[in-house]
Amino acid sequence: MTRTAGRTGRQRRRRGPGTRAPALLLLPSLIGLAFLVLPVVGLLVRTPWRQLTRDLSAGDTWTALRLSLECATAATGVSLLFGIPLAWLLVRTDLPGRGLARALVMVPLVLPPVVGGMALLLVFGRAGILGIYLDRWFGVSLPFTTPGVIMAETFVAMPFLVVSVETALRTLDPDIEEAAATSGASTWQIFRHITLPNLLPAIGAGAVLAWARALGEFGATITFAGNFPGTTQTMPLAVYLAFQEDPQSAIVLSVVLLAVSITVLAALRDRLFTRV
Amino acid sequence: MNRRSRLTASALALALAGLLPAACSSSATPAASTSTPASAASSAAPAISGTVTVFAAASLQKTFTSLATTFEHDHPGVTVKFSFGGSDTLAAQITQGAPADVFASANTSTMQTVQTAGDATGTPTVFVKNTLEIATAPGNPKNIKTLADLDKSGIKVALCAKTVPCGSAAVKALAAAKVSLTPVTYETDVTSALTKVELGEVDAALVYHSDILGAGGKVDGVVFSTASDAVNSYPIDVLKGAPNPTAAAAFVAFILSSPSRQVLLAAGFQAP
Repeated sequence: MTRTAGRTGRQRRRRGPGTRAPALLLLPSLIGLAFLVLPVVGLLVRTPWRQLTRDLSAGDTWTALRLSLECATAATGVSLLFGIPLAWLLVRTDLPGRGLARALVMVPLVLPPVVGGMALLLVFGRAGILGIYLDRWFGVSLPFTTPGVIMAETFVAMPFLVVSVETALRTLDPDIEEAAATSGASTWQIFRHITLPNLLPAIGAGAVLAWARALGEFGATITFAGNFPGTTQTMPLAVYLAFQEDPQSAIVLSVVLLAVSITVLAALRDRLFTRV
Repeated sequence: MNRRSRLTASALALALAGLLPAACSSSATPAASTSTPASAASSAAPAISGTVTVFAAASLQKTFTSLATTFEHDHPGVTVKFSFGGSDTLAAQITQGAPADVFASANTSTMQTVQTAGDATGTPTVFVKNTLEIATAPGNPKNIKTLADLDKSGIKVALCAKTVPCGSAAVKALAAAKVSLTPVTYETDVTSALTKVELGEVDAALVYHSDILGAGGKVDGVVFSTASDAVNSYPIDVLKGAPNPTAAAAFVAFILSSPSRQVLLAAGFQAP
């Protein structure tokens, strides 16, 4: 397709998908795409489909899958509960140390999950800095429990939500909030009726990212929460252990996890993003 | 280079390495000695160079790391690279084509997996044995004396997953003692089970005697009666398709040598 004279730059940019891509961009982009897609294709090619029904009927698979879905959803819930206020705090307030707090929120994004799990263990473990009191005063020990899995997943997933909401908040026009403030609305009313509705798409996107990250979490979970079928053994852990004993079965479990996450992501995408 | 020509080349290199000391010393050792990698690995053979990639059971980490320093010292120009982990993970990586030279496993069945897949070169040699022991916090505050004590309420136990050698040994030991035990976690290798004891997150774990010795007082060991039913044999072998088969053979011979055995015995392993 040739460029038509008289079309403004803005229009041209908008037409995006129809534009002919220069070879200089096309080739690397296709290599990039192939690199991301090929491993998944490889997984499907090597799937022993005949074994699929056998492995799917195994109770362990469903236990691990259910636990994975429950914990990832719970971790997303916890992230929403604490992450949205945190994002708001980071953007809309002038508290001292805000810049540092913003940097610290990013740390779990770059920290190896195993290190995250270790850190959780040292703080919330039975002999940890806080955990020792939880154990002594309330008899509560978090490692090796399902709440421990949710904590590990929240630790790695919540930053995704915070970053997503924070970015949206930053681009939100503050004039509307200020106008509401001058009309006598309280800070909470402004947040509840103006800021929050405007943030919904970003919250949705952040929640999906956080959920997906939590579902795939492995390192922090195995380090902090351990591995016990039914309470802490999520799908990624089940896949890892199966790979040691029966790689074929590990492939089957991976395909199941892949199918479930793609289905859920596709369903959520339709619900959350059509408004955008 | 395909596998066959690489093998031919390695056979040639082995033959050369074997002939060199024979040519130097006047005693004419027969050329048959070239068939055993051990002769090629005598520290007199200068023919090896490059990197040896060793996949070894997590329980070997301390001893192998220190032995490698000696090996590198004996063979300037050779670097030993390690991948330590659960033996079954390593075996799976090897059968999936990981470019390893040597595999040292914590039990024979894991090595068997590698052999069955056609990835071992010869007959793996058992170089040490290891016995399970109960690891507890220093001073054994929960007063654990037997395997049955681990089943008491309020005692948190970490076991290795049954897919890894320390886990399958634990299954045998518990069955022999007729103790059925629900741990709080099945760890993926022996060192992570030990760490959970060191950190005080569990009260006990079934680990190897060598791990307890290696922990240097951070845990106590409790010997139990059915430990002899759960002794693991550690085999080692050069892998087929090893990127550096000459150096790999030299490393295996070095591990099998008597000075190395002394190091391993001192670390709590048993002679095979």
